[in-house]
Amino acid sequence: MSHLTLLIAEDVSKRFGGVQALADVSFTINHGEIYGLIGPNGAGKTSLFNVLTGIYAPDGGTFNFDGEPLERVKPNEVAERGIARTFQNIRLFQNLSALENVMIGRHVRTRAGVFGAILRDKGTLAEEAAIEKRSYELLEYVGVAKRANDLAKHLAYGDQRRLEIARALATEPKLLALDEPAAGMNATETQALKRLLEDIRRDGITILLIEHDMKLVMSVCDRVLVLDYGKKIAEGTAATVQNDPKVIAAYLGGEVTLNLKGA
Amino acid sequence: MTAHGRGKSVPPKVWAGVVLVALALALLPFVAALAGQAWVRILNFAMIYIMLALGLNIVVGFAGLLDLGYIAFYAVGAYMYALLASPHFGIHLPFWVILPLGAGLACIFGILLGAPTLKLRGDYLAIVTLGFGEIIRIFLNNLNTPVNVTNGPQGVNLIDPFHVAGFSFARAQSILGVPFSGPQKYYYVLLLLTIGVIVINIRLQNSRLGRAWEAIREDEVAAKAMGINTRNVKLLAFAMGASFGGIAGGIFSATQEFVSPESFGLFESIIVLAMVVLGGMGNIPGVILGAILLTLLPEVLRSTMEPLQNALFGRVLLDAETVRLLVFGIALVAIMLYRPAGLWPSAVRKRELEVPKVVAE
Repeated sequence: MSHLTLLIAEDVSKRFGGVQALADVSFTINHGEIYGLIGPNGAGKTSLFNVLTGIYAPDGGTFNFDGEPLERVKPNEVAERGIARTFQNIRLFQNLSALENVMIGRHVRTRAGVFGAILRDKGTLAEEAAIEKRSYELLEYVGVAKRANDLAKHLAYGDQRRLEIARALATEPKLLALDEPAAGMNATETQALKRLLEDIRRDGITILLIEHDMKLVMSVCDRVLVLDYGKKIAEGTAATVQNDPKVIAAYLGGEVTLNLKGA
Repeated sequence: MTAHGRGKSVPPKVWAGVVLVALALALLPFVAALAGQAWVRILNFAMIYIMLALGLNIVVGFAGLLDLGYIAFYAVGAYMYALLASPHFGIHLPFWVILPLGAGLACIFGILLGAPTLKLRGDYLAIVTLGFGEIIRIFLNNLNTPVNVTNGPQGVNLIDPFHVAGFSFARAQSILGVPFSGPQKYYYVLLLLTIGVIVINIRLQNSRLGRAWEAIREDEVAAKAMGINTRNVKLLAFAMGASFGGIAGGIFSATQEFVSPESFGLFESIIVLAMVVLGGMGNIPGVILGAILLTLLPEVLRSTMEPLQNALFGRVLLDAETVRLLVFGIALVAIMLYRPAGLWPSAVRKRELEVPKVVAE
């Protein structure tokens, strides 16, 4: 593996009963790129996220992250290793403030325990102040600072998506895995999201992006992986993938095309 | 500069308020004594219940784990004190040794309960914890054979009250010319311990650990994905909650000077849970309010129902105990109907951020 590589997935498989959600999927993600993951509904994109982040154990295959294997690790250990994620169906801590949501993201990079909490020694107080400051900065970074003291559930949909990104960034990830961040956003919000993704990349964080908004994927991603029925059907730059006949068939429906030809 | 005071000096109004509240709390046992020493004992019970409810609030309110066997930790603390400070084994350790031991033992029991139930939530967790509570009670009831450890259903009596050197907290005596009764002396000890427990709870809630608990309550999957070791953090919630139960149990033992398994039934667990839920789960002032109300309300009803019926109907139609439970039940249903989040639900904790201000100053 070259020093450029951040994540290597080799023959990753996952089966749910009779459904082969992932079939021997292999790919590599390089440092500093925005790597797109697309495919029709049910193609296995979110399953791949869940296997990568330790929510499901893979049936076969391996991940190698930042030079070390990522095997049988729990989700919290995955976060500690430097992979942070967001969720397709937003999973914020609804009844906590936006700021507290991000502060919880700092958990994995801070140390205070029971005694620190009770005694409030100098170290703990300094750590708390640093957590609060950094969290506020992250809220400003994603553009939700004005709503810092509002409950997460009271935020607008687009703000909730951005808050989830801020929370993930708070864990200081090397790889940020975003599951459909533009879902439900209007054109203006999507543009702002695009700028945010580019900022994040500029700050040295690699992004793995699941997205259905093809315009966003094609304009922001360096390379794209296409899944269909759990199989990798194409990988390459946005332009190559876009013109791949297999990808077009997967999106438009292969059988229909064949039938038309037969008629 | 403190974490939340942000270095601002405390305004004199707040100081005046603190002094007034302190004065009121200091005089309260003497005011209550005007209505009889029984009311001082009830105040003491209210404080024991505040500690219990705050302990349970860590598990139920912060971490969102429904625990129906919480009273077991109270029992562990109570029996720990009873066995180490009574003629039953002939051991008489001082209370300041036993209370931490009781808290520690309860803590271990908390982890014993927490470990096998880590993957359970909601109803399933409630059933297992309910069983755990009953197991402890039944053990206490039957552990008089083959070796007599707990003295079985007869319980342990003649338990030592709190005493330091020659000073006993149970005996009435005059201090500086002011007559103090036993319960009045205990009141001040309990007040100090209760304030300590409240401060610890507030500090825990506003900490890295407290946020981790709340994250688990809100969304366990997301909490894990954010790097929170949910196993350890949940076990800590059980352990911390249990240790407050253990302390409350030790005090209960000492003030009653008698314990038996009867005091630690399922109904007690439910009452403490009701205090947490009625007051406002996860909100410390709410839980304190819930504990005070649910301790005082039955007593007030007990003492007013018979005279009230005598005045209205000229005789007692319904037994005071029956009316008490009825009114109590109706009150609980009404609160849950009209204030489902509790009497004093938690509000958003506003954080005053200094980031922009500091630049301006």
